[in-house]
Amino acid sequence: MSDHPGTVASAAESSMTSDVAMIADTSADAQRLQRHAFEKRLKRRSGLIAGTSTAIVVALLIIFIPRTPGWYKVRRSFFNGEVFADTFPGLLSAFVKDIQIFAWCAPCIVILGMILAVCRSVRTPALFPLRLFAAAYTDIFRGVPVILTILLIGFGVPGLGMSRPWNSPYLWGSVALVLAYSSYVAEVFRAGIESVHESQRAAARSLGLSSGQTMRFVVLPQAVRRVVPPLMNDFISLQKDVALVSLIGPIEILRQAGIDKSKYANFTPYVGAAIIFLLLTIPETRFVDHLMTRERRRTSGTTIR
Amino acid sequence: MNRRLGRFSLISVAALAATFALGACGGDDSGSTSEGDASGESTECPTITEGTLTIATGAPAFSPWVENDAPESGEGFEAAVALAVATELGYESDAVVWVRTDFNQAIQPGAKNFDFNIQQYSITPERSETVSFSDPYYRTNQAVVALADSAAAGATTVADLVDVKFGAQAGTTSLDFITNVIKPNTEPFAYDDNAGAKAALEAGQIDAIVVDLPTGFYIAAVEIEGASVIGQFPNDAGTTSDEFGMLFEKDSPLVACVNAALATLTENGTLAEFEKTWLSDKTGVPVISLG
Repeated sequence: MSDHPGTVASAAESSMTSDVAMIADTSADAQRLQRHAFEKRLKRRSGLIAGTSTAIVVALLIIFIPRTPGWYKVRRSFFNGEVFADTFPGLLSAFVKDIQIFAWCAPCIVILGMILAVCRSVRTPALFPLRLFAAAYTDIFRGVPVILTILLIGFGVPGLGMSRPWNSPYLWGSVALVLAYSSYVAEVFRAGIESVHESQRAAARSLGLSSGQTMRFVVLPQAVRRVVPPLMNDFISLQKDVALVSLIGPIEILRQAGIDKSKYANFTPYVGAAIIFLLLTIPETRFVDHLMTRERRRTSGTTIR
Repeated sequence: MNRRLGRFSLISVAALAATFALGACGGDDSGSTSEGDASGESTECPTITEGTLTIATGAPAFSPWVENDAPESGEGFEAAVALAVATELGYESDAVVWVRTDFNQAIQPGAKNFDFNIQQYSITPERSETVSFSDPYYRTNQAVVALADSAAAGATTVADLVDVKFGAQAGTTSLDFITNVIKPNTEPFAYDDNAGAKAALEAGQIDAIVVDLPTGFYIAAVEIEGASVIGQFPNDAGTTSDEFGMLFEKDSPLVACVNAALATLTENGTLAEFEKTWLSDKTGVPVISLG
């Protein structure tokens, strides 16, 4: 991170010297035009190759997949228009549950993840047990597959004998997701916290800020801004893992698709569910890309403030 | 098809037909063979591996359908039926290979790794689009299993059940029955298998589960303490009763052979005897009216 301003400066410098050289020597100008034309040719050629190879691959797929002996059956089982039309509305309304679960899990995950990350980053010796706890927590929940966490907590905890609504699978499924994902998110936050240069802390402390204040006003604001894109990746995968809550009862989109699949003995509902997920996750992914680009531009374009 | 073709080539053609389920060819075969099936000639009833009959069941298979998850023993209703059918087809039990599948595996497009699959598959028109079924080997009703103190206890009509929180195995006709016939006020929960439903019933997340009657008896008697079969639903218009059939690859020529075997077993009383041996008597269970 810290070397970005330097790169910018040296780039500016080199473009300046080339400007000077250009004024001094017109043959260099001609050379530049020539190089320009060459690059353009090269670009057109690679574009042509890319286009042709894509066309060939697509054509081969279109020609040969329908010729495979099983294609007729695969099309009937996976891309059945009638089944799709019958099941898609039901899948869409079941997807509302996924969005709801996501909506209440996400803020809890951010809060818990942040607390864990801060716990793991405290340097006061008296608070060492806190660090130890946070480390053990992330080790455990990051190491166990999410699906197992959901099954164990979702079937195990309600068995303790709570009464409704406290034994709801929605509640304990969400708790399992929060536990698992907060450990991932805590690690992302911790990486962000550790990426803030030591000099920042030193400067803050020398200005008289306490270690808590340093964390709150100096380290965290920089850390969080840096980790927003990787954090979004975690949330996209959370969006998909919410479907695992179906294992302990709720009929959300994955389960609905499974039910429809069994009813019609046809896999088209799974394709429908995949499309619904993509409709949400592709824009999310593009948004993350956008954030990353903006972050890159921001950090490389500004000088030290 | 030319009957004078060599025996070998006939088998290989038939095997090809089974593998790719080329509808027309398979149809020709099964149409002309139904009378010769019990003779044990595998030529007329091609199996995926010549000389053996490959039968699939669940992983694991549950009582009372297969006892102790050991179908080879022939103990349990479906294990007994499957072996009896195999015998009718000319395969002694040492020529029968058991494989395990789940529902997903069973309905995947393409070649199957079994000749038929027996695990309480209810015959439905939708499923018949993708796979073929034998004639039913068992008819059952849906039943409600609940704890004695639950909201479902004492229900005599479907109307008594609308406020009950239900659970069932996903993808079963039992779950369809809840959503389409009982229509409870709260959405049912669905589980991968009956084990999940049982855990939820014990944890009090649901009040009752819907299963086929024999499974219900087994769950109530053996698996969940304090549970009982609250009632069974009447068997009318074919909408609420379940007919179990063996599942085949679509248009398998073997369907006709198995149907003939099942017909024999029904006629000579073997199926009824198996029911008596392995399944509980269903007459003692109160009927919950649909009105």
